[in-house]
Amino acid sequence: MSERYLPLLATIAVFSALFITGGLLYNNFLSTLVLGDILADNAFVIIAAIGTTFVILSGGIDLSIGSMIGFVGVVMANLDPLGWHPLASGAAMLAFGLGFGALQGLIIDFCEIQPFIVTLAGLFLLRGSCFMINLDSVPIQHPFVAAFAATSIPLPGGGFLASSAIVMLVALAIAIVIAHFTRFGANIYAIGGDRVSAALMGVPMRRTTVAIYALGGFYSALGGVIYALYTSSGYPLAGTGNELTAIASVVLGGTVLTGGVGMVAGTLFGGMILGLIATLINFNGSLNGAWIMISGGVLLFLFIVMQRSLLSSFRLRGVA
Amino acid sequence: MTPGSNVETKTAALRPRANTETAALPQRLHGLRALAGHRAIWPLLALALILAVDGAISPGFFNVRIVEGRLFGNLIDILYRAMPTAVVALGMAVVIGTKGIDLSVGSVIAIVGAVITWRIHSGDPHLVVLMAALAVGVLCGLWNGFLVAVLDIQPIIATLILMVSGRGIGLMINLLYGGTNPSFTSPLLQGLSVGHIGLVPTRIILGAAIFGALWLLIRRTALGLFLESVGGNAAAADLAGINARLIKYAAYVICGFCAAWAGVVLAADTHTSDPVSIGLYIELDAILAVVIGGGSLSGGRIYLGMTVLGALIIQALTTSILTSGLPPEYNLVVKAFVVIVVLLLQSDNLRAALSKGFTGRKR
Repeated sequence: MSERYLPLLATIAVFSALFITGGLLYNNFLSTLVLGDILADNAFVIIAAIGTTFVILSGGIDLSIGSMIGFVGVVMANLDPLGWHPLASGAAMLAFGLGFGALQGLIIDFCEIQPFIVTLAGLFLLRGSCFMINLDSVPIQHPFVAAFAATSIPLPGGGFLASSAIVMLVALAIAIVIAHFTRFGANIYAIGGDRVSAALMGVPMRRTTVAIYALGGFYSALGGVIYALYTSSGYPLAGTGNELTAIASVVLGGTVLTGGVGMVAGTLFGGMILGLIATLINFNGSLNGAWIMISGGVLLFLFIVMQRSLLSSFRLRGVA
Repeated sequence: MTPGSNVETKTAALRPRANTETAALPQRLHGLRALAGHRAIWPLLALALILAVDGAISPGFFNVRIVEGRLFGNLIDILYRAMPTAVVALGMAVVIGTKGIDLSVGSVIAIVGAVITWRIHSGDPHLVVLMAALAVGVLCGLWNGFLVAVLDIQPIIATLILMVSGRGIGLMINLLYGGTNPSFTSPLLQGLSVGHIGLVPTRIILGAAIFGALWLLIRRTALGLFLESVGGNAAAADLAGINARLIKYAAYVICGFCAAWAGVVLAADTHTSDPVSIGLYIELDAILAVVIGGGSLSGGRIYLGMTVLGALIIQALTTSILTSGLPPEYNLVVKAFVVIVVLLLQSDNLRAALSKGFTGRKR
């Protein structure tokens, strides 16, 4: 039982170690202010990554996340001058994300095309649609956006839990319930563990696959809504490459890419580790941004090697 | 999915289409089977359709003339621009044939571009720089191969590591001699990229040479058989005495080499080392080219010619959007639709469902 939590514990340990290292290096680093900032800055990517966790747990992959974030923002920014309340346009985009994800899931399952390729077409389609709508950054001027940005819960120690971070934590809580306390969640793990066995055991494959990608689309659209509100604008290049950040967050969070093994909660810490590295490098000031990419790669490598050795101790290698 | 079963399901899907003659004519069915079953037919049709639309829109589209001692025209332009992606896709096809994938090719191109600029600035002979650039690609391939073959990491994740960090490494190399986007000039490298031998652009000749060499290597030596059998069933190949580990190494090294060659061409084309944007998304285009060419991500088959065809389709699409006067913003959307349509056409399930609908659910 405890072995299941080892990757999650390792992720939390790395996060704590990095955070404490920052505290030793820089004054005022070890504070709820920095922690709140990391949560707020990375909320949108972590939300999208939570959705990706489900997809990856089922043994699939979703590359359309970054484009979805950009597309949602662009549409919301263009609906703003037409008098749409951001909540209304946001809700419409969530429905769109759900539908788009479901369509991707349907094509993947019905046409038996690899998820990688289907969601790659989704990436092109959504990013191209952004460019077709407009090429510039468009502000969202509705007063609600300012009100959303101003909302926060004070934390002990002078920090704030920003509204985007609150949404993220609520989304995470819902995801944990879905993953661990519903039949659908159990089906996801079953499919990721072994497709054929899952089908033989009576898991409804098509319905579950469609629902998984719909959930992924919903969460990445939610990430897009939060990003649009957080930056109070829509920019057609927004979210470029965020699919990789999301996948890296999931892997750093202890979820195995072959599917079936991992926890949604780990993704929060995986995303925070990446955010923490960026913050550390910003605090340093003299280090180049290239270090963010390189250290991300090094961390990925270390985590994957660690997971391999953990997995072989589980005797789960045959799962792949 | 074995090719044999594929043909069977395809004919099953086709049978109702000739619905007036369903009962009879096994011979004609056989002819249809041969035609529709040939893997080249859908991609070739797609390319022909794209070019036909181009020809209809702009009358002079197929003109090829000689300007300043070299061939010039839209068809040559498609070949010229498709070449880096096509060569990367060839390497990708080999890796995908072993049930792998290489996401790092774009980053390898970035590293190669940075190494070229750095070594030229340090005054190395340009031939040495070229060798160093190709060696860097091979080195990247060895690293990916090590992760996949020795550490047994899933390829998509193993190569994600270099993909995430590679452009950072390129930026660091630039910083070695202090520059953000340093430029360089090299008659040798630029000759390889934008020059021409006789009438033909050099990069097309070199691309054809790489294609020829790879074809010989894969179709005229046992290596191709080994690569495909490792992709088909690594465990069985291992039991049959094939060193699966070594074969996977070879695949990633070939892919790294191809990416390095594309890196030389692209860096020499732009005269700069710009690790952030050079070869961006080329891994996606390369994978698309392989898939459009009928390669399956589940491994076991390497189609070199079809892969080049896939890359040409992608480039023909881009070129035709530009020549048709549509805004370039439409490029990605059109590309997405073409990809979806080509893939849906190749889906047995969908074709079966469609033809079932046409014949009124007889079966």
